[in-house]
Amino acid sequence: MALKTEHMVLNMGPQHPSTHGVLRLELEIEGELVNKVTPHLGYLHRCFEKHAEAMQYNQVVPYTDRLDYLAAIGNNFGYALAVEKLLGIEVPERVEYIRVIMAELQRIASHLVAIGSNGADIGALTPFLYLFRDREHILSIIEETCGARMLYNYIWIGGLSHDIHPDFVRKTKEFCNYFKPTIVELDNLLSYNKIFIERTANIGVLPVDTAINFGSSGPTLRGSGIKFDLRSDDPYSIYDRFDFEIPVGKGLMGTVGDCWDRYYVRIREMEQSLRIIEQAIDHIPDGDVQSAIPKRIKPPKGTVYRRVENPRGELGYFIISDGTVNPFRVKVRAPSFVNLEVLGELCKGYLVADVIAILGSIDIVLGEVDR
Amino acid sequence: MKSAEEIFEILKTEFGDSILVLDKDTPTEPIISVDPLQIHRVSKFLREHPDLQFDNLMCLSGVDDANGNKVTNADGDELIEGGTLSVYYNLHSVSLKHKISLKVSTSRTDPKVESVENIWKSANWHEREAFDLLGIFFLNHPDLRRILMPYDWDEFTTEVSRHPLRKDYKNPEFYQGMKVPY
Repeated sequence: MALKTEHMVLNMGPQHPSTHGVLRLELEIEGELVNKVTPHLGYLHRCFEKHAEAMQYNQVVPYTDRLDYLAAIGNNFGYALAVEKLLGIEVPERVEYIRVIMAELQRIASHLVAIGSNGADIGALTPFLYLFRDREHILSIIEETCGARMLYNYIWIGGLSHDIHPDFVRKTKEFCNYFKPTIVELDNLLSYNKIFIERTANIGVLPVDTAINFGSSGPTLRGSGIKFDLRSDDPYSIYDRFDFEIPVGKGLMGTVGDCWDRYYVRIREMEQSLRIIEQAIDHIPDGDVQSAIPKRIKPPKGTVYRRVENPRGELGYFIISDGTVNPFRVKVRAPSFVNLEVLGELCKGYLVADVIAILGSIDIVLGEVDR
Repeated sequence: MKSAEEIFEILKTEFGDSILVLDKDTPTEPIISVDPLQIHRVSKFLREHPDLQFDNLMCLSGVDDANGNKVTNADGDELIEGGTLSVYYNLHSVSLKHKISLKVSTSRTDPKVESVENIWKSANWHEREAFDLLGIFFLNHPDLRRILMPYDWDEFTTEVSRHPLRKDYKNPEFYQGMKVPY
């Protein structure tokens, strides 16, 4: 006789340590099996887009920091690129190089949190502490240059808020040399850990056509085995000058597109970020980082959609200018917002405990989901 | 990889001129304007045509064009009457790597646009967001609820404070007994 189970609704969040913020999930479960997941958003909604309409273009930059607060440089970067396209200005080489190095440092820092919290959610607390120790190095490097540890307001329209600190190049090189062996250590500590593999391999499998149809991007998409990275597929800034690979999920421990693949893509991406930094760090040209900052930002009428590869995926800014000093409309296509949508598909038929692993592998930041 | 003009030519041979306009005056990006009640047909074609293959909806944004007349109602609130609300679609093809932007404009008093949710699933939440923040109704959307604002926002607000991204939005005085303006 089959075991009799009862259909019930379980509420997860908004106060839950593994929802990475204030996300509420309504789980419809049959025994331990999840039938349906309904995410409820908006607990962190502060109407960034409405605020942006009341600000001048340059005043919006600090607000963008608060979208994906684990990768604030990337947010500044995307916004600056979008407005620069509207204005039609070119930035000096030095600025481009510093921006790319900063963005890649930030990518490593962001992935460290993603990987660490993914592990911590499903019980591996030790790697989390090691990873935060490494992240600290990056935060100190950036702090030395721009004075802030998380919300930098560093990349401005047409330039940067500060030139790099005299120690920046030396410390970044030191960090690269220090960090390479720690990736090996991390692999041994977490990636090939038997318990971790049991919890993540073959869980939450995302087929590639579903991923594209749901608009997934970043590691969530690449985990499913498709080579798509805006840094090489729709190159912006000076990414076309560097030689790097795009890691994709290969199903090493289970099926292509499972949680372990998404996790593993992030680790391999950190190596590629190091490669980009090492190629760029010795070639930063001289120059003034503020020379191209316009005194008065008043773009002509027009619309622009500009996207960058943030650690979590495709971050797009859709900006409409009506020819005044305030943006007419700023819409943010936040990678977490779009990636989260596929959660319902991923969780179907898995256990309640797997929902935690799947959510951790998508790696959302509620700051940009709710905006 | 095709340019916006080539894509427009392909669309024009399929659908004729009546529902489409290519706006080349936009200085930054060319935009194809589509009839709001034909957008589903056009989108389906864009996705399925072998030379186009727009399989990825990058972004969908609702916009208040604020091109109506300003009037003052009985409560002394300044309103915008008439004019249009617009929805912009930014499409991209992962396999062919080209991009295009579409735009539909619908009346402000009765904003209705066909949903493209069953073509690109990613439209689901974007459309809910446009409905939530601008009050654009997406026909045939399977689950058109508020997404970022509280579900019970309507109960505590007046007409001017229903959809925050409308240009004539005013904060309600109270929400669930809490004072809103600070």
